[in-house]
Amino acid sequence: MAQPLVKKDDDRDDEADYSPFMGIEKGAVLQEARVFNDPQLDPRRCSQVITKLLYLLNQGETFTKVEATEVFFAVTKLFQSKDIGLRRMVYVMIKELSPSADEVIIVTSSLMKDMTSKTDMYRANAIRVLCRITDGTLLTQIERYLKQAIVDKNPVVASAALVSGIHLLQTNPEIVKRWSNEVQEAVQSRAALVQFHALALLHQIRQNDRLAVNKLVSSLTKGSVRSPLAQCLLIRYTSQVIRESANTQAGDRPFYDFLEGCLRHKAEMVIFEAARAITELNGVTSRELTPAITVLQLFLSSSKPVLRFAAVRTLNKVAMTHPMAVTNCNIDMESLISDQNRSIATLAITTLLKTGNESSVDRLMKQITNFMSDIADEFKIVVVDAIRSLCLKFPLKHRSLMNFLSNILREEGGFEYKKAIVDSIVILIRDIPEAKESGLLHLCEFIEDCEFTYLSTQILHFLGIEGPKTSDPNKYIRYIYNRVHLENATVRAAAVSTLAKFGAMVDTLKPRIFVLLRRCLFDNDDEVRDRATLYLNTLGGDGTVVQTGDDVKEFLFGSLDIPLVNLENSLKNYEPSEESFDINSVPREVKTQPLAEKKAPGKKPTGLGAPPAGPPSTVDAYDKLLSSIPEFANFGKLFKSSAPVELTEAETEYAVNVVKHIFDGHVVFQYNCTNTIPEQLLENVIVIVDASEAEEFSEVASKPLRSLPYDSPGQTFVAFEKPEGIPAVGKFSNMLRFIVKEVDPSTGEAEDDGVEDEYQLEELEVVAADYMLKVGVSNFRNAWESMDADCERVDEYGLGPRESLAEAVNAVIDLLGMQPCEGTEVVPNNSRSHTCLLSGVYIGNVKVLVRLQFGLDGPKDVAMKLAVRSEDEAVSDAIHEIVASG
Amino acid sequence: MELCPLIKNILLLDSEGKRVAVKYYSDDWPTNSAKEAFEKAVFSKTQKTNARTEAEITMFDNYIVVYKFVQDLHFFVTGGENENEIILATVLQGFFDAVGLLLRGNEDKKEALENLDLILLCLDEIVDGGVILETDANVIAGKVDSHSMDSGAPLSEQTITQALATAREHLTRSLLQ
Repeated sequence: MAQPLVKKDDDRDDEADYSPFMGIEKGAVLQEARVFNDPQLDPRRCSQVITKLLYLLNQGETFTKVEATEVFFAVTKLFQSKDIGLRRMVYVMIKELSPSADEVIIVTSSLMKDMTSKTDMYRANAIRVLCRITDGTLLTQIERYLKQAIVDKNPVVASAALVSGIHLLQTNPEIVKRWSNEVQEAVQSRAALVQFHALALLHQIRQNDRLAVNKLVSSLTKGSVRSPLAQCLLIRYTSQVIRESANTQAGDRPFYDFLEGCLRHKAEMVIFEAARAITELNGVTSRELTPAITVLQLFLSSSKPVLRFAAVRTLNKVAMTHPMAVTNCNIDMESLISDQNRSIATLAITTLLKTGNESSVDRLMKQITNFMSDIADEFKIVVVDAIRSLCLKFPLKHRSLMNFLSNILREEGGFEYKKAIVDSIVILIRDIPEAKESGLLHLCEFIEDCEFTYLSTQILHFLGIEGPKTSDPNKYIRYIYNRVHLENATVRAAAVSTLAKFGAMVDTLKPRIFVLLRRCLFDNDDEVRDRATLYLNTLGGDGTVVQTGDDVKEFLFGSLDIPLVNLENSLKNYEPSEESFDINSVPREVKTQPLAEKKAPGKKPTGLGAPPAGPPSTVDAYDKLLSSIPEFANFGKLFKSSAPVELTEAETEYAVNVVKHIFDGHVVFQYNCTNTIPEQLLENVIVIVDASEAEEFSEVASKPLRSLPYDSPGQTFVAFEKPEGIPAVGKFSNMLRFIVKEVDPSTGEAEDDGVEDEYQLEELEVVAADYMLKVGVSNFRNAWESMDADCERVDEYGLGPRESLAEAVNAVIDLLGMQPCEGTEVVPNNSRSHTCLLSGVYIGNVKVLVRLQFGLDGPKDVAMKLAVRSEDEAVSDAIHEIVASG
Repeated sequence: MELCPLIKNILLLDSEGKRVAVKYYSDDWPTNSAKEAFEKAVFSKTQKTNARTEAEITMFDNYIVVYKFVQDLHFFVTGGENENEIILATVLQGFFDAVGLLLRGNEDKKEALENLDLILLCLDEIVDGGVILETDANVIAGKVDSHSMDSGAPLSEQTITQALATAREHLTRSLLQ
């Protein structure tokens, strides 16, 4: 279409930015669209106008509802024209306009006519358009044509129907599922893309039927797939099947031969897909890896950047788990460091850092330094992360690596990048003692010229903890005090806190710190002045060289082990009175959303005292609820409330779950009951508890529920006395007893007479974990070291055969009911050993820290070393007893 | 889990990063400004690279972008982070070559805009709602161009003939005067 769409300027060649759409305007084009209504249609003119409309839409212009409707109606007129090119544009335009349901009806008949046309191109496109804009109701009308189209001998038509089926499956699965037979036939098609589309649809239809997928995969892997894309799909399905068929011994993995065979396919996309699939196999052995690594290595020296990128990215991932398997590629990898494509170079470097040995570190660092300046921040972060892990692997190299980090810290960079560097330095300081002094000085220099408030405050805080412990704390003071002069209020306040920490820890510095802190009393910011005043007082105001008291240190250094949300709530509830606010009254439980609330999304308004909605208030609400019941009011402070435990199967007549409330000398069971039968009203609902298997408990009170109408949950309570402060355990069997009355569903009135009935519930157990609060600590190592080593108890346990290491770790965490720290509850794939850190508060407010070391002993047996530190050795022993008996 | 390879978008930008034709198949960019921001980021990240002989590749914001340039036209295909890079590159190549065929070797922005209808049809034939429809450039171009074959001579030639005819007419008229 060489004829320009707007009148061209004579001197257009002079104008570099010539465009046929120059000066185009929506209003004018909409006017032009009137030509669609001409009795004598000019196909070329109409095509041009549609192109202009599409151009506007493509440039981000939007049509109002009225405009869109007008254009749509005008466009439908164009079905009269027999011009094929125009019809194509009409199809595209209708899809772009995405008409509303009542508009769709207008074009339905035209499209259905095209769907049965003799012209293949009409059939294919009409199917795609109609399936895109239709809703379910129309679909049943055209289903017959679609099924025919799937097996149409023209591949374009078949593909159009199949792809439409893939989209429709999301909205109308029940209809598309009826096409299985036709789709299955299409899988055998000779046309490559039809086979691909048919396979994709067939798998999606069957994806929830594991057996069917299995069958599909095993029949197709025997080799009838021609299209490379379909072959890639098949590889994906195969690895899914392999993943799901767990518990097979390595060596005779099913379908591995098929994957390996695909490595010799002639299409690169198939080779790569297979290689990637092999590297991602669960617990892949190095024998299985070798052929995949070999083909990836060939890709590394390809002339195509896409192949090099794909290969190096995959090898990079492999290097995380199997560094040895990748070392063969190191020479190819090194030549990629100078690759034009910076993504490839970065991936190559980080892979080398993972696989490299100690002797190559210096050489690599030199190469990286040259290259850092011309890559984007996100790649720099990747490099920094790799260097950090390298440094932890080779602590002896810390000097050159720390130098590298401090150099890049001085250069330009965004927040995320700087944060990654600072985090890395902090980790190195923490884990490599020799690196501490130089690392701290690098950080000090950095905050002298740091534009990020967040980083400055974090570094100041860290300095306050680590600085005083160094050989010469004096040298940091200058850097810190400079902040008080030069920075914004947030950083100044942080610097004041840091100064105070030095003052508290280093007695010789105290008088000088006092001078500095007093100067801060004249700061123009409230927070800075307040902090300075507070610290001057806590440190003992007169500024002489004295020892700082332990409680002052605890105040300055101790972590706030109360969840901030809880503290905020308690402060909000606190009313000013004679009595000062007691921080110990703040509940320490980390809140988890109770099951009951997640389960019933659209539930009716709940009665008084029903589990309140909204996660933040659960513990407070339980506390309030229980203290409002006179029978339980004298039980003292609520220690812990468990998550609800279901006592009935799902979908039964009465749904009951129980929350265990633990007090010092009592336990209260709160039964949350729901009546799911509309024709019944329950009255006098109570749970009869048999505590014969819980010898240390004796029932003291119960509170029946007066009435339990349909679908509005209610509570009944039973309270037990138990020996004070002792974590008694036991089993309780429960029987729901009530009077049932028939309800007339039409009037909602209940009959006067009721029948007494009983309903058996499942058993309930009070376990040791119920006496443990999940309370995290921010820095496990510090917390651990600050605990008295005399109260440490260590022992080893054999856990017997377990499904996996992760399963064993979770079992022990559940048994103890403690809070995993620093993400150590996650066990990396394929690891043979794992350390897990837990913290919690035991009944009687005793802090407990646990260090668990797991190891695989033989193929499945798990051995565990348990080290407990707590404030009370009796509690440390108790934790061991829990594990020994659990 | 979505196992079928999916295309997130196909972009054809000019040498200043402005749209020639774009098509988004994913809801990752719900507004036009989000789309423009993405295009700007893609363009500025790839602008300085030499993607004229072989397709190049980059990764950012958890997307993989493969791209290829010719004259003042920049072609991009975007996929998710875990997509097979080579499949994306195949789609890019299909689009790139098909546009080359449709523009008869004159691949530049002016020619592309003058044949925008062909480019839009081409996008429509490559991917449908994220699912790859066709990757063979000859097949794609054939499907797009089929109508002009039907109506006899290709349109561009037709117009040249027309222009010659008018010129001849003008000439004869002026001679007759």
